[in-house]
Amino acid sequence: MKLHLTRRYAFAAAHRLHSPALTEEENRRIYGKCCNPHGHGHNYSVEVTVSGPVDPATGMIANLTDLDAFVGREVLDAFDHKNLNEEIPVFRTAVPTTENLCLEIFTRLRAFPAARLEHVRIEETGQNSFEYAGETQGSAR
Amino acid sequence: MEGQGNSDWGSMIYLTRKIEFSAAHYYHNPAWTPEENRRVFGKCANLNSHGHNYVLEVTVAGTPDPVTGMVLDLKELKEILEREIMERMDHRHLNHEVPELAGKIPTTENVAATIWNLLQPKITKGRLHRVRLYENPDLFVDCYGDGQ
Repeated sequence: MKLHLTRRYAFAAAHRLHSPALTEEENRRIYGKCCNPHGHGHNYSVEVTVSGPVDPATGMIANLTDLDAFVGREVLDAFDHKNLNEEIPVFRTAVPTTENLCLEIFTRLRAFPAARLEHVRIEETGQNSFEYAGETQGSAR
Repeated sequence: MEGQGNSDWGSMIYLTRKIEFSAAHYYHNPAWTPEENRRVFGKCANLNSHGHNYVLEVTVAGTPDPVTGMVLDLKELKEILEREIMERMDHRHLNHEVPELAGKIPTTENVAATIWNLLQPKITKGRLHRVRLYENPDLFVDCYGDGQ
């Protein structure tokens, strides 16, 4: 029986979309308001999906207490109420778009020991979402 | 007429219907001590039970019938969900009143798999693709049966 367990988390953070590889005009043209120099913020919603066999003793793929603790330690503690550009090392160089955020959060969660990480889906606002399932991932939703 | 010249005609469509039911449960493994149950299951181990408003999304895959334009009649799906799920689980205690869950811990994983097993043989037009069961808006399980 193929089962996926999804838990939704939230964090609030500031960011600014700006690439040093582009001119100021290009930055403004590409990123628009997101390029304003002092940054802005979002309430991010992060869905973390894991899979694996259901332990007959617990009825669970993974204990939510363990998943919550892992996501808290690896992601939420580092991201919540922070400035992504300033406080997450990878975004000192990479632009903190939600695409890149998916990649960074997936990388941080890949090592979850109790189940296989299937994908990470992030809503930057209620109107847009991004999803990353790893490079070699091929499972259908 | 319809669809002529459309190369997508006859392709797979995924149709989803949503229902909600409310039920009580608790988590308890009789092979363990009360302390072990509390340690693993936390608040869910309270033998006095608690409950949830479950939201169930059932997705059926199929190609639309060329005459009706439907994968399956939504009315028929509604009746299957009413008979198989609502009558069994709505305003019930999952540990005590649902025979298919007897001897299992009624986690979202096990309830979703049980719902898959109940629905899969009943859906004869199209095929059951996914059962998504929300225990609350921040926690859900997707069941794809033995395939995708």
